[in-house]
Amino acid sequence: MAETGNPVAVTDAVTVRFAGDSGDGMQLTGGQFTLSTALAGNDLATFPDFPAEIRAPQGTLFGVSAFQINFGSTAIETAGDAPDVLVAMNPAALKVNLSALNPGGLIIADSGEFTQRNLDKAKYDTNPLEDGSLAKWDLMAFDISAQTLEAVKPFGLGNKEALRCKNMWTLGLALWMFDRPREPIHQWLKQKFAKAPELADANIAALDAGHAYGETAEISGPIRQVHVDPVESEPGLYRTITGAESVSLGLVAGAQLAELPMFFGGYPITPASAILHHLARLREFDVTTFQAEDEIAAICAAIGASYAGHLGVTSSSGPGIALKTEAMGLAIMTELPLVIVNSQRGGPSTGLPTKTEQSDLYQAVYGRNGDAPMPVVAARSPADAFECAIEACRIAVQYMTPVMLLTDGYIANAAEPWKVPDPETFEPFPVQFLTEKNGEQLLPYKRDETGKRPWIKPGTPGLMHRIGGIEKDALTGNISYDPANHQLMTDVRKAKIDGVSVPDQEVCLGNDSGRLVLVGWGSTYGPIHQAVRRARKRGLDVSHVHVRHVWPLPKNLGPLLKGFDKVLVPEMNTGQFKTVLRDQFLVDAQPLTKTSGQPFAIAEIEDAICDALGEPRPGQIGGEVAVNDTQLPTPESVEQ
Amino acid sequence: MNELTKIETTLKDWETDQEVRWCPGCGDYAILKAVQRTLPQIGADPSKTVFVSGIGCSSRFPYYVESYGFHTIHGRAPAFVTGIKLANPELDVWMVTGDGDGMSIGGNHTMHLLRRNVDCQILLFNNEIYGLTKGQYSPTSRRGTTSPTSPAGSVDRPANPCAFALGSGARFVARGYDVSKDLGDVLVAAHAHKGAAFIEIFQNCIVYNKDVFDDFTQKKVAAETQVWAIHGEPLAFGAGKDKVPTKGLARDVDNMTLKVVDIEGGDWQAAGVMVHDQTNRSLAHMLVELEFGPFPMVLGVIYDDPRPTYDGAIAEQMQAARAKGTAKNRGDLAALLAKGQTWTVSGTAQDPI
Repeated sequence: MAETGNPVAVTDAVTVRFAGDSGDGMQLTGGQFTLSTALAGNDLATFPDFPAEIRAPQGTLFGVSAFQINFGSTAIETAGDAPDVLVAMNPAALKVNLSALNPGGLIIADSGEFTQRNLDKAKYDTNPLEDGSLAKWDLMAFDISAQTLEAVKPFGLGNKEALRCKNMWTLGLALWMFDRPREPIHQWLKQKFAKAPELADANIAALDAGHAYGETAEISGPIRQVHVDPVESEPGLYRTITGAESVSLGLVAGAQLAELPMFFGGYPITPASAILHHLARLREFDVTTFQAEDEIAAICAAIGASYAGHLGVTSSSGPGIALKTEAMGLAIMTELPLVIVNSQRGGPSTGLPTKTEQSDLYQAVYGRNGDAPMPVVAARSPADAFECAIEACRIAVQYMTPVMLLTDGYIANAAEPWKVPDPETFEPFPVQFLTEKNGEQLLPYKRDETGKRPWIKPGTPGLMHRIGGIEKDALTGNISYDPANHQLMTDVRKAKIDGVSVPDQEVCLGNDSGRLVLVGWGSTYGPIHQAVRRARKRGLDVSHVHVRHVWPLPKNLGPLLKGFDKVLVPEMNTGQFKTVLRDQFLVDAQPLTKTSGQPFAIAEIEDAICDALGEPRPGQIGGEVAVNDTQLPTPESVEQ
Repeated sequence: MNELTKIETTLKDWETDQEVRWCPGCGDYAILKAVQRTLPQIGADPSKTVFVSGIGCSSRFPYYVESYGFHTIHGRAPAFVTGIKLANPELDVWMVTGDGDGMSIGGNHTMHLLRRNVDCQILLFNNEIYGLTKGQYSPTSRRGTTSPTSPAGSVDRPANPCAFALGSGARFVARGYDVSKDLGDVLVAAHAHKGAAFIEIFQNCIVYNKDVFDDFTQKKVAAETQVWAIHGEPLAFGAGKDKVPTKGLARDVDNMTLKVVDIEGGDWQAAGVMVHDQTNRSLAHMLVELEFGPFPMVLGVIYDDPRPTYDGAIAEQMQAARAKGTAKNRGDLAALLAKGQTWTVSGTAQDPI
């Protein structure tokens, strides 16, 4: 990790800091979280930070107590310099700890404690939860005090005692967010309050309520997947951006480059809703958003808007995409432009709504009735999603076709630094609608040299015509059941998508031939890139190819892969892209799969590289820093 | 409908060159003609008119009207209509659906189209059967309908499309039937209504559900069994149009409903017959719920009381946002991209490999 000279930039760990009044039980919270983390099999390091005063005046800046933990799936070397998540139980805790928080990090705040009195004590002139000063971070503010009181109500505690269960509520939420088990905490509370079982029950209830809150509200932890050092070599203006923001802005840019108003039809679903939220605020950019009654209506309204001359866009996650499938077929059949964003999550069915997976690749490429080819573009990171969204818009209007843009839960929620692009650097692709008959009679399905049919807006004088989902005559678009015509139309629909112009595939790290190539797509970019980089530093002959255009694939990809002895395809599914590569290029692509809902760790991929090349794994040759065991609190040390 | 410039057309102008493929004798032919007669009458512009349909016999309709047409997928026509109207509120959109398409697979979308009050005309052809798929019973089939999927007779109770529409919040609800001479008037009223206008059109499927509406559509029983709701006119029937009525609908106060009363010597006032008020929602609910048999079939414009439309309200919000924002060109996109917390990098750190 230290090889970049910037140890915090490359991490597959999460750093959480619990901060509150010294009476809030932050050390207890942190300590128990630590135990749960250790039991979950994570490596970790912690950094308790409590005030010198045993009991400083409540709510004051010097009474703030904090506990930080850095945990992850590979060897952790430090307690984490800057936290990714700050739990602030009051204004003072926020003030003291805020400067340490990573840009784009998450703040969880107890809004119930942000009273005028407490704001004064913390020397805040205005409420930071409301004055926009926290815009740089993700903010989740809820009334933890009220939630806790509600949760422990049945146990008849006094108000003060009841509020002391707040830390357990917060701990419950944190356990949910990071998938830690509750059982050890239950045991510990029963043991701790053996003589006062009602206190044990109240604390357990608070813990379970916090956990349930996270589950019900589908709050996902900011899985800081290994991301590549943001390579801040290029001077310029930067901002942090989440994938959802990036997709939204890319769609706005794409519509502008096409010189079209945008219509976005959506239906609430985790984790895709954020795109609808962002776009709903951008009406001045000619974006009409429509919250439909269901996923099907969302895509159908978008197709209707495309038919009427807008750039129709819809968005969802796996199960919602399944519902939209029939309508995608209609957009393919009628040859109308449409962008479908799929923020993939763990499946099948409802699966793991807040976890990330790449298991919708077959669905994107193959998942429709009939021969229904459709271009698929996959974003590799939050920042990359901007360009991918523009690319999806371009293909949609240049080829009169629906296009699927794949992101995933990680990309949608994660934030990363982004060099703000200059819109002038993107080549516009303005749409020309047909305004006059294109022959003696109007021929709505007469194609140009790229295979696309004209786009004819209803309202255009004299160009009345009918389209629909029934097979149509190759020129007039009238219903046709003629066998030769169906053969022809099937062929031209396929040829049009096969012929979509996509850039040649580049090798993003390493040589363009050799012993081993890792082929990835989507959000596995970070861990693959880091693993290949590490392996290359150790002299191994391995390259990294990362595919954006999943369908149609770049024309040079087959020959490129054939220049390597071995092809390894890491992906968060059971080997879907591997199948596509084998089918398309007859290469012996080998899978490296993971479907735990967690992203790949660098070490996992590094190990696979070593195995493929017959080299010893890094763990077998030493060199990693061991965990600082002395920092691990024990139940005994925590109780003190 | 929209306030469009009236265009001079004839029935011929609204016919396409496509061969009409309904079964000979199908009620759809009469409805098609009624629509093609109405469109010139209301001054509709073919290039601004869009017919949208789902799947089913009725949904072939757009292919036969010389306007813009979109034959979509089963049950989802309302969603396409919504998208089209939001993208271009200037278009005059007619939706054609059936009892299976609009009440079964697409019931949810029908509800929301009505609830939102998207400005369009909805023609629901009700033949109480699945015709295109060869005669299975439908959600409006009467109990006991024998069909390939209900050989012992259907046992589920039928849905009432007009009651469904009112329950969904419709602001215009009307009824007609395929061969009715008055269907055109109902279409004209629907088109004049600004908002979602719902018309249930009883339609005879002569192959799979022949003559199920004969009890009120046959000439010899029509006068006795049809009451036409006309705003400001008594809800009277019994003798036929323009003749002295012999029966009418009066309040049954004790039961909070309606009853059929006899009219002596044409004095409907004395008989207590109600005057139809098309803006009375409670009355509309009662009229659509009247059981045919004990009561006549209520036809015509049962309810018409417009409210602001969804597409109109969204267009206003879009207008306001555009007036407020300065962002319409690409320069402002740059401003949008650079929004929020930003920082400038001038360092020279290098990617290590």
